[in-house]
Amino acid sequence: MPSPRSSNLQLNEHGRLRHFLTIDGLDRELLTQILDTAESFAALPGRPVKKVPLLRGRIITNLFFESSTRTRTTFELAAKLLSADVINFNISTSATSKGETLLDTLRNIEAMHSDMFIVRHAQSGAAHFIAEHAAPRVSVINAGDGRHAHPTQAMLDMFTIRKHKGDFTPLRVAIVGDVLHSRVARSQILALNTLGVTEVRVVGPRTLLPTEARALGVHVFNDLEEGVRDVDVVIMLRLQNERMDGALLPNQHEYFRLYGLTDERLEAAKPDAIVMHPGPINRGIEMDSEVADGPRSVILQQVSYGIAVRMAVMSMAMQSQADLGGAGGSEA
Amino acid sequence: MSISIVNGRLLDPAHGIDDQLDLHLDGEVVVGVGHAPAEFVADEIIDATGCVVAPGLVDLAACLREPGFEHKATLASEAAAAARGGITTLLCTPDTNPVIDNAAVVELIHRMARKLGQARILATGALTRGLNGEQLSEMASLRQAGCVAVSNAHYPLCSTLVERRALEYATTFGLTVFLRPEDRHLRAGGCAHEGAVATRLGLPAIPSAAESVAVARDLALAEHCQAKIHFRALSTMKAARMLAEARAAGILVTADVAAHQLHLTEMDVDGFDARCHVSPPLRTLGDRDALRRAVADGTIAAICSDHQPHEPDAKERPFPETEPGISGLETLLGLTLRLVEDGTMDLMTALARVTSGPADILGLPYGRLGTGSPADIIVFDLDRRWTLDTSNMLSEGRNTPFDGWDFPGSITHTIFNGRVVYRGAATA
Repeated sequence: MPSPRSSNLQLNEHGRLRHFLTIDGLDRELLTQILDTAESFAALPGRPVKKVPLLRGRIITNLFFESSTRTRTTFELAAKLLSADVINFNISTSATSKGETLLDTLRNIEAMHSDMFIVRHAQSGAAHFIAEHAAPRVSVINAGDGRHAHPTQAMLDMFTIRKHKGDFTPLRVAIVGDVLHSRVARSQILALNTLGVTEVRVVGPRTLLPTEARALGVHVFNDLEEGVRDVDVVIMLRLQNERMDGALLPNQHEYFRLYGLTDERLEAAKPDAIVMHPGPINRGIEMDSEVADGPRSVILQQVSYGIAVRMAVMSMAMQSQADLGGAGGSEA
Repeated sequence: MSISIVNGRLLDPAHGIDDQLDLHLDGEVVVGVGHAPAEFVADEIIDATGCVVAPGLVDLAACLREPGFEHKATLASEAAAAARGGITTLLCTPDTNPVIDNAAVVELIHRMARKLGQARILATGALTRGLNGEQLSEMASLRQAGCVAVSNAHYPLCSTLVERRALEYATTFGLTVFLRPEDRHLRAGGCAHEGAVATRLGLPAIPSAAESVAVARDLALAEHCQAKIHFRALSTMKAARMLAEARAAGILVTADVAAHQLHLTEMDVDGFDARCHVSPPLRTLGDRDALRRAVADGTIAAICSDHQPHEPDAKERPFPETEPGISGLETLLGLTLRLVEDGTMDLMTALARVTSGPADILGLPYGRLGTGSPADIIVFDLDRRWTLDTSNMLSEGRNTPFDGWDFPGSITHTIFNGRVVYRGAATA
């Protein structure tokens, strides 16, 4: 069974988005199209009639093999605003614990005539695997796979940056924290570089940065103040609790002392720099409350933009199914 | 049964022969190289015009799955695959169920293999009981039952002290110890080489140092214990260099490499291709080229199939959850001959690495063609290419990334113990 490269797998023969698995292999034009489409949806939640009928009659299935309330809810809300019906499967607690293989689970859920799977899984490559094995009429959206990718999170971050900064090309962006284990960081780096920013930096102790970080197209900094100097955007990553005690870091106290973002440290960045975080924040570990709630923080906007971006990706993937010739694929 | 193989190009690396010579077999042995003995009458004459006649291949490591994992493969299916691949002698790994840690299992496997009569299957004994890494196996009994080497397969030993004792005990009985050098702590939960590709794909990664740290430890212990060790399946440039230095310093160490490591790199994992999930992982182009050089200069004396057949389910999962390994018996010769095509080494050297090279590591009398040698022979047409199609494989394991690759050297005959056990399509 041949394993197509990610870019081929994600695009149909007309170059349109069929699955959204990773930023890798997508071009600037397509990423811009996602942002532009999201822009048209961003106004919706403020209107009296919030829904649009784009995905009426479609069934969207949330396949979450790893628990997540926030991401699942924003996908669900996005689907509902597009008038789709949503089914939620929380599989970490059901099938796999009974010994069912992922492929069996997939076949069973496919029999329920879903048009789209939103997949979260603890293993890198799981979304690719599902896209390779899913029926042709099903689109797969990656909602986070292992350490590999979280492309909708990256695109909502890009959307937020564009809202505040307009043009990507002159920007310097610092991503701070646990890059090694972060699927968010990998997708952000790819998206920023594809959109043509001047520089992407990663900042952290060597235990939390990949040995081959430079291969991702970033500059590596171990010192926070140097890392954020003159940047336009600071993205803080979440530090998982399980990383904090042990051989990666001595304790959270020292981490905050060296890598916690404070107003004082933020002085080194550009005066109009914005601060982002994919949430949920560990206050006093990744950043001070002063910063999180301060004027430069755009963290809450990220959350609301997330809905528009997910609506954009879902509607684009569903439109590409029309290229198959069966606009009503769900009758099958 | 007597056979004459005539008009072929006889290639016997053990004796440095590359010449137009006929070969005569009687019963289980070679009775004449070049000339038949007086009054010799062949029951069958094989016309090898345009073909190479060489010793049957010797493979130091193939996982055959039986007993215990018959859903993956059986001795019968894999012995047939070996015959088609030109392998006439192979060592099977001890990670069966029950584990090959006592004489009864060795005898069972040897008896079944003899009955099949397709290839000489020699059991590698377990180094520790149940491969648990803690208690020594009954190595004296294993030796008596016919084991020539012991290994802990891919399972780690629980401490350097256990390793020291195991080396000392094995050496007491003249057993060569096969070691798969990998520091289990550095491996952690890794499934791909710690390099650019795994970094981009976010795959849990295994650094090259996982191998070099273990090589350094094993070499120090081998030197201390005066033990004879053999490194299985090296994957890094650094390990190849340490091996060369150790051999120059007189440490009793040999090594092999899996055939796929000489052709694939970390790049092949891209797109999450689980067929390329192997252990040790595919490394960089620099590592691959260093391994090729080490094979060419003889630092690494053997190329192995590192055969690991799997049922389809084992590979149909997200990459990190798939089982590592490639079904390799049917491509060992093809991948080795491709090295000749690539200009990496000459034909004589390449064949040495799959015949006399591995045989000499264990002092086995196979993989050579003198008068009196066992009648294990392959005949292949170097110029006739063939394409691997997984749907036609004889192995139960169809897990290979070489599907669709084409190879030089189509095998026309495999002769094991004086009997033709595989016949390919007739030459034109």
